[in-house]
Amino acid sequence: MKKALVLSTALSAVAFAASAEQITVMSWGGAYTTSQVEAFHKPFTAETGIGVVSVDADNPATPLKAMVEAKNVSVDVVDVNTSDAVRLCDEGQLEEIDPAILPAAPDGTPATEDFLPGALSDCAVGNIVYSMIVAYDDSKFPNEKPKTIADFFDTETFPGKRAMWKSAKTTLEMALMGDGVPAAEVYDVMGTPEGVDRAFAKLDAIKGDLIWWEAGAQPVQLLADGEVAMTTAYNGRIFAAAVSENKPFVPIWDGQVYEYDLFVIPKGAPNLEAAKKFVAFATGTQPLADQAKWISYGPARKSSAPLVGLYQDGKTEMGPHMPTAEANLTNALPSSYEFWVDHDTELEERFNAWLASN
Amino acid sequence: MADATAQIAATGTERLTTADGRPLKTALARAQARARRRAFLLVLPLLLFIVVTFIVPIGQMLHRSIHNDGFAANMPQLTQWFAETEPGTEPDETAYAALAADLKAAAEAKTIGVVGTRVNYEMAGTRSLFTSTGRKARKFEPPYRAAILEADEKWANPDLWGTMRQVSRAYSPNFFLAAVDLARDNEGNIVRAPAERRVYVMLFERTFVIAGLITFLCLLLGYPVAHLLATLPLRTSNLLMILVLLPFWTSLLVRTTSWIVLLQGQGVVNNTLVATGLISDSSRIQMIYNQAGTIIAMTHILLPFMILPLYSVMRPIPPSYVRAARSLGASSWTAFRRVYLPQTLPGIGAGALLVFILGVGYYITPALVGGASGQLISNLIAFHMQDSLNWSLAAALAAVLLGAVLILYWLYDRLVGIDNLKLG
Repeated sequence: MKKALVLSTALSAVAFAASAEQITVMSWGGAYTTSQVEAFHKPFTAETGIGVVSVDADNPATPLKAMVEAKNVSVDVVDVNTSDAVRLCDEGQLEEIDPAILPAAPDGTPATEDFLPGALSDCAVGNIVYSMIVAYDDSKFPNEKPKTIADFFDTETFPGKRAMWKSAKTTLEMALMGDGVPAAEVYDVMGTPEGVDRAFAKLDAIKGDLIWWEAGAQPVQLLADGEVAMTTAYNGRIFAAAVSENKPFVPIWDGQVYEYDLFVIPKGAPNLEAAKKFVAFATGTQPLADQAKWISYGPARKSSAPLVGLYQDGKTEMGPHMPTAEANLTNALPSSYEFWVDHDTELEERFNAWLASN
Repeated sequence: MADATAQIAATGTERLTTADGRPLKTALARAQARARRRAFLLVLPLLLFIVVTFIVPIGQMLHRSIHNDGFAANMPQLTQWFAETEPGTEPDETAYAALAADLKAAAEAKTIGVVGTRVNYEMAGTRSLFTSTGRKARKFEPPYRAAILEADEKWANPDLWGTMRQVSRAYSPNFFLAAVDLARDNEGNIVRAPAERRVYVMLFERTFVIAGLITFLCLLLGYPVAHLLATLPLRTSNLLMILVLLPFWTSLLVRTTSWIVLLQGQGVVNNTLVATGLISDSSRIQMIYNQAGTIIAMTHILLPFMILPLYSVMRPIPPSYVRAARSLGASSWTAFRRVYLPQTLPGIGAGALLVFILGVGYYITPALVGGASGQLISNLIAFHMQDSLNWSLAAALAAVLLGAVLILYWLYDRLVGIDNLKLG
């Protein structure tokens, strides 16, 4: 039902796009799309006169693949995560983006050196760093507070139900970190059969207390309803609930798994030149810094970090809420797309089998 | 008229003609053909609509389940080498030369990822082998075997060559094998998938058991309601009918999320039970994010599909039949069993078939309230469509599901008779 809605929105957007000079940008919805509309779309239209139509999907990579395969592409720029960007690029479904079109940093550093490692690839330009973190409801733990990823798996000291993302990705990494594997060694351990067994064994220990969420808005709802005491969630969602809605939710940065979201241009995009212009504009130093005003995801450019200011409420300093803040990176894991493009079939299948068996 | 009759009588074997002299048979055939053409033109838009929106996409999807040319189309030379040699042949320099040429071409055409993905479905951990070797392929010089093995020694693995030989055939039953937890070993024998990856057969079984259970619950709950609606005076029954239809008209998502509000640990039902002292605060009942959640929510959502056909069958049954049976001495149970129930069978059949078939394909509700144990096969089909992007496997799973439903439909036809079905 939701898909149909997304599709019809996309279709009507297409009909619209044909009439004037404008491009269609597909993203993930919610506060995230809002932040892009405010920081990228509006200033872009003001500067170039090219309109931007915004459409959303649960995971924009899925409709992108469908459109390119059907040779009926109706969007110009799509926001996807690293593994999808690499994979779609390898499969020839994306336009290549020459980094030379990207603006240099204000101090003259070329774009290729200004972006964080891994944020630029043949077909994709990074915009944010987002992170999967553990968050808890402060009111559920009146005495001792959980502090580490290990506490998430310790239901004896910190009783209460837990929620996790229904996917092998990030779940297995967090299970290993919860079992005492340092972030730097996680993928080495996970590359061995024993390491995978170890991750599943860790999950087995709390399986009875686990609830699984699928959409990014669900974990916040589960915490707010008191259904769980602790959950994994995207850091931006927890921040929004804690700051904008004054919920007693506290993030645990220990054991966070962070990753990029990137802009890509699907092969056969109807307005290729305008799309390239948009990508170059949106991933400039200032727009990336501006986006942080609307959501707590870190900019993918080094030169944007010092420009990050206050949240839209005008009083919350955004710096410490970024996944890339110094203090939050002490035991943090950059998600490895190299690992996941090779192992997702195998591990997701095993994860599904593990979930389905009681 | 009298003349014509006379003429027929007179000539006997002479052909009949119309007033303008054409043979009657031809004229009739022509008139009928015109009528048929016109009727066909009337249904043509609908026919086209069904072909375009239903038969073509489903056909394409089913085709995908046995056809995946991700390897064959992008690695032509190696595919040819596989076709020319016996299974189990050691890869020689010719094979490596073909591999090097194909890798180079695929890397340039940016299709190397498609190849890697296809092989990775069968053998985990090989996708990056293709993409990383593809990046180096430009510089390969003969002898190719040494050059490729220097790039990555994993290419010497005989399992990899066995897998590549399998996937070099564009048409293969491999996705169907995977859909029923089977796999092929290197010799091409069919074996069971490793225990920790077997999931689909169990999910198919669970899907059919849960859909059957939901059908039974719907019948149990819907039958008395439909009977009540059918026997009350029209004014009252229309009013009550609104109560049946109102949820039917409400969005599926709204109804599903309402069940979350009601059933969750801190939800209305548990809070009421705790407030009345029936259970203690620490032993709240887990009614959602498990199989119970799926069954409760789906039974409620599918209930109207049972009540409506039942109602339409029950409404025209004259009450005098049961009264007659009673006056002839039947007990109320006998009168129900031998007189009333048989007359409602077409409604039961239609309702049960509708609920069951909708039930096996449901996916939003189990995804939202099913947790881990309440997932159905449709959730995994959605997973392969949307997340793993393995559309061939999704198509094979869907085809197995479609086949199973068709078999059940055929069984139903044999046992009950499809004519004996009334949808309203």
